[in-house]
Amino acid sequence: MIVLLIYVAIFVASFFLVKLLVHKTTRDFTARKTVTFGDESAVRPNRIASVISVLTIFLLWGAFTGSSWVPGFLHAPGPFVGDATFTYTAEAEGVAPDDATVTVRVFPVGEDVEAPEIDPGAGWAKDDSDSVGAWRSGLIRVDRNDRYGRDEGHTVVAVNGEPIAPGGEVITEFGRVGMSPKGTLNFEPRKGWQMEPIWLPPPEAVLARLKEIAQDGYRDSTLWEHLGWSLFRVIAGFFFGALIGIPLGYAMGLSDWFRGWFDPIVEFMRPVPPLALIPLVIIWAGIGETGKIILLFLAALWIMAIAARSGVSGVKISKVHAAYSLGASKAQIMRHVIVPNSLPEIFTGARVAMGVCWGTVVAAELVAAEKGAGMMIMVASKFQLTDIVIMGIILIGVIGFGIDILMRFAEKALVPWKGRG
Amino acid sequence: MSGLEIENLSMRFDLPNGSSVQALKDVSLHLAEGELLSVLGPSGCGKTTLLNIVAGFLAPTEGQIRLNGHTVTGPAAERGMVFQQGALFEWMNVRENVAFGPRMAGKRERDWAGTVDHLLEVVGLRDFKEKAVYELSGGMQQRVALARCLANDPDVILMDEPLGALDALTREKMQSLVLKLWKETGKTIILITHSVEEALLLGERLLVMAPRPGRIHKEYRLPFADLGVGEDLRTVKKHPEFNKTREEILGMIWDMEEEIMGRTEETQ
Repeated sequence: MIVLLIYVAIFVASFFLVKLLVHKTTRDFTARKTVTFGDESAVRPNRIASVISVLTIFLLWGAFTGSSWVPGFLHAPGPFVGDATFTYTAEAEGVAPDDATVTVRVFPVGEDVEAPEIDPGAGWAKDDSDSVGAWRSGLIRVDRNDRYGRDEGHTVVAVNGEPIAPGGEVITEFGRVGMSPKGTLNFEPRKGWQMEPIWLPPPEAVLARLKEIAQDGYRDSTLWEHLGWSLFRVIAGFFFGALIGIPLGYAMGLSDWFRGWFDPIVEFMRPVPPLALIPLVIIWAGIGETGKIILLFLAALWIMAIAARSGVSGVKISKVHAAYSLGASKAQIMRHVIVPNSLPEIFTGARVAMGVCWGTVVAAELVAAEKGAGMMIMVASKFQLTDIVIMGIILIGVIGFGIDILMRFAEKALVPWKGRG
Repeated sequence: MSGLEIENLSMRFDLPNGSSVQALKDVSLHLAEGELLSVLGPSGCGKTTLLNIVAGFLAPTEGQIRLNGHTVTGPAAERGMVFQQGALFEWMNVRENVAFGPRMAGKRERDWAGTVDHLLEVVGLRDFKEKAVYELSGGMQQRVALARCLANDPDVILMDEPLGALDALTREKMQSLVLKLWKETGKTIILITHSVEEALLLGERLLVMAPRPGRIHKEYRLPFADLGVGEDLRTVKKHPEFNKTREEILGMIWDMEEEIMGRTEETQ
């Protein structure tokens, strides 16, 4: 909640700040438009906003994980680390209540720490010491070293002078002291606002993990092998899907028999999400490469068939008529009119299919795989290696984005007439 | 017999709702080689249907069409067609578009390069050879379409409102070009148009068609096309005969439209 508020605040503040400080000096046509609200073409992304947006995400990420990339004064309050103390008041049968001090050493998880040495002090209730990891909590048996134990009716009645009963709690400056139903004290050091690394590691930890895995690999395969396998599956599945799907789409666009025959199949298979096919594909083809490539083949097939079909249907009849009246044969019309006319649609379909295939391969690898980007994050999540999970998600996103950029680039280079018909 | 013979052409087809449409009824016409016929009529008079039958894209229910003695059964290179717009191939540049016919006929580049370059020169697109067609203006695109049709050297050129989508100024320039090409090449041309002025300016013969059923209403023989070859088109338009014929035809089409409106009101 607080994160969302900070995010909104940065959004609003940077908006006004940028408007105040940056004056656009562009003199192009759009800059002269007075009506921009409602004119979609006049709305161009403000690149300053994009940069601030990305920086804000890293800033918030760093601030709430105590990252070394973010200057210390921007850090959200961290968990308490150090020696915490509180006093308790104990009662026992037949003696006056007595006070004692508890010293708890709170240490970052992963370090090896001994409980601090302390002097037991005077009185029948002796001072105690213990150690608790940051973000953790620990039971503290304060009666252990006291002269009168539970058998003599030892009960804690107050912490730091505030009365406490089983089930109750007292908030101290170092954290919360609770009492279990059986009367044992439970110390939970202050957690602060930062996230614990097992929930969200700081960005530098993710980067360090990336370097480590890029060098040493993960689960007997290098990082490049994992990503390469995922990409290979996508490309193989897409290749076969296009190989069958495009001719099928052409046939559906050109022959009434093919159209009638495959219409029910294509229209039925199109709305079935490829993920829903994973169980069946595993039953039929197992969890090996064949199964994955069949799954991606099925994901790409229908998209490519529909794209090719609508590419054929989209050809203007006047173009076909013109070609016939210029003496072209059927084969020539196919080669010189229908195929080039359908290429823009096929490219659009290919972009969609690649996106769907990339999503499907990661999901399929989450279910079962020995190598692959999805397998990497799935295994890491079982061991709560959150840094690997986040690294994997970022890599998957970057690669998916890269695929789309490449496809757009290819489209521009190969079908420059798209949308100019 | 040479020329284009249209004999007792009728076209009738069923509609999905059970009724049927008589698009053409008993249309007969003989066009000698080198004649330019313009066809006018209110919408629904079957002029585009007629053109599509001549092109071979539609088969008539009755009657037949003969070109230089043989019967027309389908589209062929001997009958070239120029469409209103959007019939160019965007994936080819201007020159490739114009050379489409010869290329499909399997001719080598050295055999067609001369003709194609000459035609591009004639239509004023010499400097646009390598351009993509979608980079050209509407008028230039129609010049490409004309050149593409001529490069195939057809016996008959069919034009389906080729200048319909152009602005008035470009249209006037293109009308001169069509006249010039007609005189230079001596092609038989059928031109369908919505503009009475254009029909009068370009048509050596003019056919006014009437709707429901589509039929020939009246035929004119006009001197203006021949005048227009030598003179400025605007001078031709000032001709008193030109104005008189224009008013006569406009009145005729106006009456037909009125009649259609009246009939539809009655049936409602």
